Amino acid sequence: MRLIAKSERCSGCGACRLVCGLTNYGEVNPAMAALSIHGRFPAPGVYEISLCDQCGACAEACPVDAIEAQNGVYLVNADVCISCGECIEACPHGVMFDHARLDAPIKCTLCQACAEICPRDALVLEEA
Amino acid sequence: MLKGYAGRILRVDLTNEKIVRQSLPAKMAQNFIGGRGFVAKTLFDELPPDVDPLGPDNIFIAASGPLSGQFLPASGKTHFGCKSPATGGYGDSNLGGHFGPALKYAGYDMMVLNGRAALPSVLVIEDETVSIRPARNLWGMGSLSSETRLKEEMGEDFQILTIGPAGENRVAFACITHDFGRQAGRVGIGAVMGSKNIKAIAVKGTGSIPVNDPKALLEEGKRAYRNVRAKPGFTGWTPEGTAGITDWVARVGALPTRNFQTSYWDQHAKINGAAILRELKITDKGCYCCPTPCGKYGRAKTGLGHVYVEGPEFETISLLGSNCLIDDISEVAYANYVCDELGLDTISAGVVCSWAIECFEKGLLSREAIGKDVQFGDLESVVHLLECIARREGVGELLADGVKTAAQKLGHGSEAFAIHVKGLEWSGYECRNAPGMMLAYMTSDVGAHHARAWVLGHDLAGSSASVHDLIVSEGTGEHLPKSKVTGRAAKVIESQHLRPLFDLLGICRLQFMELGFEVENYERLYEVVTGKRMTLEQMLSVSERVWQLTRSVSAREIPGFGRSWDYPPERLMNDPVPDGPNRGHCISRREVDILLDEYYALRGWDANGIPKAETLISMGLADVAETISQWACHETT
Repeated sequence: MRLIAKSERCSGCGACRLVCGLTNYGEVNPAMAALSIHGRFPAPGVYEISLCDQCGACAEACPVDAIEAQNGVYLVNADVCISCGECIEACPHGVMFDHARLDAPIKCTLCQACAEICPRDALVLEEA
Repeated sequence: MLKGYAGRILRVDLTNEKIVRQSLPAKMAQNFIGGRGFVAKTLFDELPPDVDPLGPDNIFIAASGPLSGQFLPASGKTHFGCKSPATGGYGDSNLGGHFGPALKYAGYDMMVLNGRAALPSVLVIEDETVSIRPARNLWGMGSLSSETRLKEEMGEDFQILTIGPAGENRVAFACITHDFGRQAGRVGIGAVMGSKNIKAIAVKGTGSIPVNDPKALLEEGKRAYRNVRAKPGFTGWTPEGTAGITDWVARVGALPTRNFQTSYWDQHAKINGAAILRELKITDKGCYCCPTPCGKYGRAKTGLGHVYVEGPEFETISLLGSNCLIDDISEVAYANYVCDELGLDTISAGVVCSWAIECFEKGLLSREAIGKDVQFGDLESVVHLLECIARREGVGELLADGVKTAAQKLGHGSEAFAIHVKGLEWSGYECRNAPGMMLAYMTSDVGAHHARAWVLGHDLAGSSASVHDLIVSEGTGEHLPKSKVTGRAAKVIESQHLRPLFDLLGICRLQFMELGFEVENYERLYEVVTGKRMTLEQMLSVSERVWQLTRSVSAREIPGFGRSWDYPPERLMNDPVPDGPNRGHCISRREVDILLDEYYALRGWDANGIPKAETLISMGLADVAETISQWACHETT
């Protein structure tokens, strides 16, 4: 499966970001989300969703091989990660994040919670 | 640690640039829940005696609730409070968007501003870092332009509140703007922000809100989204949002028209929700975690210019549209934009402009006084008046203190058609055949505002159905019989307790009101978030406590406050509706007194509308009861 953004359907509510952090970290905190929404206001008045397409650029950039693919999903091994931030720099979509309280960067796990919850169907799953 | 709350209050003394972080008292959370409850409690406890609403000693409050920022539908409400420059009494106003959740993620349930900054300033809150920065060249700039500039400078992750020139110039109906189109519009909250020399407040939070059971919240939140999605209104109400009610309001003869001269306008279809979708809309624009965005962001093209604007929502359609006889949705949207940029509440602005135009028609305001000929149905007239008001130029100096004060100054009978209660201009529902809704406006604690209680469906359709059900109901606009005035108070009180519930919890009421998302769901959501059980009945008792408290605040703050402050304007009591479904109807002074007598009795207030000591004590407000006899005008007749 892969996650697809339909930005034209997005209304910027951010429920996807909240459910992302809650699902993956058990915390109510959108700053722990692995996707972002950019409101382009006042002009042209649209939202743009940035999300991980599991391209693997992060894994290539990681100097300690802390990011590995499992069934097509790149996952961060926090035990190996040295928090150097190379993956964050390398991410072409700007959807890997650091957080002061976390030891390893935030990355999409393709848990699908965002697509499940999006009331606008702006995040959808497709067969890879 | 309190679960569900950030757990702290941020206090900023602007005069001395002193910043204090205080733990949120558990007792306050228990007794007042949050949001409007925190505002009411803080205003009662902390307002100095005889404070000037626009002086440095007034308090500016922003508060969220325990469900704000949580994973559940529409958890984005923020409540603002102050002593109102519009009424001189209790004041609060709220907005959606994303500000309250961001403040909570930064670690604060409530923010209290005291004093006045020495220079125009921007208050910046970034987690633990709080600073007061010079506003520099932002002062004088429009609300939307200021937000654009600040986002460019600070980054898009900041959630920002701004005021426009109207707030800077302390217009009594200046608003706060946020997220390019959401407003805390009422009670002059923007003027209080301006009086404190605060041009903008920017917040960014990266912390977590502690909740009692995160796994249960995840499941209950998902369940709630599925529930909302299954409601007919999810696909039926959402596309047009609040504007979707326009045709129904016209059909039942409740559409303010021509400064409330009548309640029906046959041109309403030109400015309804369908017109927005057809002529304006670019995107739906949602508040935080909202599955049913009522915000419609679009582009309005008029002879005066092309602008991006969020809205108009129903209230704006009603007051800047039908009430000013503007029959082009793009022109209504343009006037909406002008209000947004100047920082004016569209509701009060529409009432004030229509009053001024009627004064011009009647020869009470001259062309020289106004600066030009003005007329109903003319966008240029409305925009001219708005510009004058925001800058207090020319006739704006008269109008900027609100329609009540303007009419008192102008005299010559103009008070009769100054449409307000307590000094707050009337919002979008004409009530001359809607006695329950009339009573709701009369007894609303902040003045004539619909969001405190809404019983129009009960009055005119005999229904307590959701708004979506009303919109899709059958009806042809036939003449309606006169509504009974007796037996209305209980329904109004029920609504005055139910609606504030959402304001206490810090969420939007529209999931319940407009779509029919069952209110009982909030018992479970409250429990998984806070770890405490509170039944719906117990929550409603807090609503009642807050209602008694806000009435008491106004009784303390307004000299001579009482029954006379609850009357509607004479036009609505004396002039029968001339046409439309409610032609021939009005609610006489005698009938208004019947409404009030029933209401006061059920509320446990005396004949002057002052809460009795025993009522306050039974509500857990013994501290209020102890002092109310010192400042309120009791009557026992």
